[in-house]
Amino acid sequence: MDTSRAFLNAERCKGCGLCIAFCPKKAIAAGSRLNTKGYCPPEIETNGQCTGCGFCAMMCPDLAIEIHEESTR
Amino acid sequence: MAEIRLMKGNEAIAEAAILAGCRYYFGYPITPQNELIEYMARRMPEVDGVCLQAESEVAAINMVFGAAAAGARAMTSSSSPGISLKQEGISYLACAELPCLIVNIMRAGPGLGGIAPAQGDYFQATRGGGHGDYRTIVLAPNSVQECFDMTIRAFELADHYRIPVLLLGDGALGQMMEKVEVKPNHPEMIPKPWATTGLRGRKKNNIVKTLILTPEELEDHNRKLQDKYRTIAALETLWEESLTEDADLVLVAYGIMSRIAQSAMDLARAKGFRVGMLRPRTLWPFPMKALKDIAKKTKAFLVLELSAGQMREDVLLSVEHTRPVHFYGRMGGMVPDSREILGEIMAILGKGNG
Amino acid sequence: MAEMKRKAFGRPACLKEVEYHYCPGCSHGIIHNLIGEVIDDLGIVERTVGISSVGCSVLACDYFCCDMVQAAHGRAPAVATGIKRVWPDDIVFTYQGDGDLAAIGCGEIVNAAARGERITTVFVNNAIYGMTGGQMAPTTLPRQITTTSPGGRDSARDGMPIRVSEMLATLEGAGYIARAAVNNPKNVINAKAAIREAFLNQLEGTGFSLVEILSTCPVNWGMSPIEAMAWVEQSMIPFYPLGTIKDAGRQAHAS
Repeated sequence: MDTSRAFLNAERCKGCGLCIAFCPKKAIAAGSRLNTKGYCPPEIETNGQCTGCGFCAMMCPDLAIEIHEESTR
Repeated sequence: MAEIRLMKGNEAIAEAAILAGCRYYFGYPITPQNELIEYMARRMPEVDGVCLQAESEVAAINMVFGAAAAGARAMTSSSSPGISLKQEGISYLACAELPCLIVNIMRAGPGLGGIAPAQGDYFQATRGGGHGDYRTIVLAPNSVQECFDMTIRAFELADHYRIPVLLLGDGALGQMMEKVEVKPNHPEMIPKPWATTGLRGRKKNNIVKTLILTPEELEDHNRKLQDKYRTIAALETLWEESLTEDADLVLVAYGIMSRIAQSAMDLARAKGFRVGMLRPRTLWPFPMKALKDIAKKTKAFLVLELSAGQMREDVLLSVEHTRPVHFYGRMGGMVPDSREILGEIMAILGKGNG
Repeated sequence: MAEMKRKAFGRPACLKEVEYHYCPGCSHGIIHNLIGEVIDDLGIVERTVGISSVGCSVLACDYFCCDMVQAAHGRAPAVATGIKRVWPDDIVFTYQGDGDLAAIGCGEIVNAAARGERITTVFVNNAIYGMTGGQMAPTTLPRQITTTSPGGRDSARDGMPIRVSEMLATLEGAGYIARAAVNNPKNVINAKAAIREAFLNQLEGTGFSLVEILSTCPVNWGMSPIEAMAWVEQSMIPFYPLGTIKDAGRQAHAS
């Protein structure tokens, strides 16, 4: 079974919020902690609904989000 | 086997550039150098080179920037108003340390001015011309043969020092026809590992840029450029002296004016006046030491220019006010004849030491 | 049970691991990523030379792994011409903003397109001058407020905006001209396809290619990044319609 999920590199994030706005599953929510640059990265996968569609990664200007596929056999 | 050809200065420059291995010419028509781009338009295709008439002198100098960044021997040519347009590009070329040749066949200014010869761009040529602390080597031919020889030398200097080189001619040199010994040339094309050719297997990408936002880094870069200019000044200054050993008055002139000055000197000597001449062949670096040495022996200088007096200031700096520096110039495209200069010489020497 | 992890989406190989200096939510980042993906997909990084221009993207020459040249303001098409004429087999692209391309560089882009110069231009149109603090651009919309049109762009005083893609499409030397946007995922996918098509036009030598990409400048527009994306949809797209403006040579194929 293959699953794709989004992973956030919080240090690259500038807290622009585009990923939150464009997630079709509302799986990304505003975060509460600042990164070392003073931005507030979101939290990904807050409701277990992430399908790894990649919209968040596509809209992220800073390449802060990667999509990983996991294959289990 | 050398060939003797009768050529215009503009044509001699073009042919020499091709013999120097230049295969990329970008230019824009402007009198009095149109023969150069027209010669290139006929000749470049014969050697599988590129002659591109750009949309402006600004575009042309930026095409030179691209071609030079890509590692090619590239050049442009124009006349005074067009050279003004190129100043930003020349500043960028100097900062990025890109080699190239820029030819200025001077005409009278300022503004759109006239199309007759002048030497009013000396300041622009030797003081950088554009913004920032930089220099370009400035070569000043005074014959069609020198137009040819100096063009070949220009590409060698440009590549060796990674610096733009300016060939400063004028409308008379560009238009006049003289015999040229066209010698075969086998240009030594040095490797350019810094060029943006596309990676093509290279591990590290090359970046050609001129933006250096950190003051410490930009000062370091400027120091590096200044060190280069000091080296060039020590090694590449060229001038020619005639009859300066016993001269009471030394003429200083370059380009077409030096041909007239030579004739005037000959006329003066025939009348018994002890006149000599120093002709700078590089205007930057300027032969300051040679003039300083001559100042110890002679009594006065007469600077002759087709301008209000620009090289005059470099002569004043060179002799450090140890001797009078007279000046005679014409502007607007007016070109004096040798008797007019003789009159000035006699007026100075007739009064004693001037 | 074995687990295999594979990165299905990440930094394109031809973009360096350097953080962008752009503002939060700025479209430049998205566009850089798309160019990177296209260069990777087409396998052309070894023979690509990019030319950055003057504006917010002046530092773009530090972000790509291919050879890069930084051009003077407006002159990127001329610099690209010089490089392409020396290395005709290289893929040469310029990356320019609206001031660089449509104001000071208007002569260069028109003539490069007219000559059919085989280069690709990525034109980032955010209707404002970003780097210098938000002045009016040739593509600023009527009534749009900028620091040099504080009462809004007034067509009587300031003229009307330039539709660059339509203007360049009139030139025979232009092979492929398209306008895209990156304000939502669907448009981002279409923008990538347009950029890919433009690079393919260069690879196949069909003439000058350009993709105009409607972009955001949240800071100078005075909006949040998501509000800025909405403004592209509501205000820019009606004035600058998306789509292929000209496709003169290459047979478009499904990739």
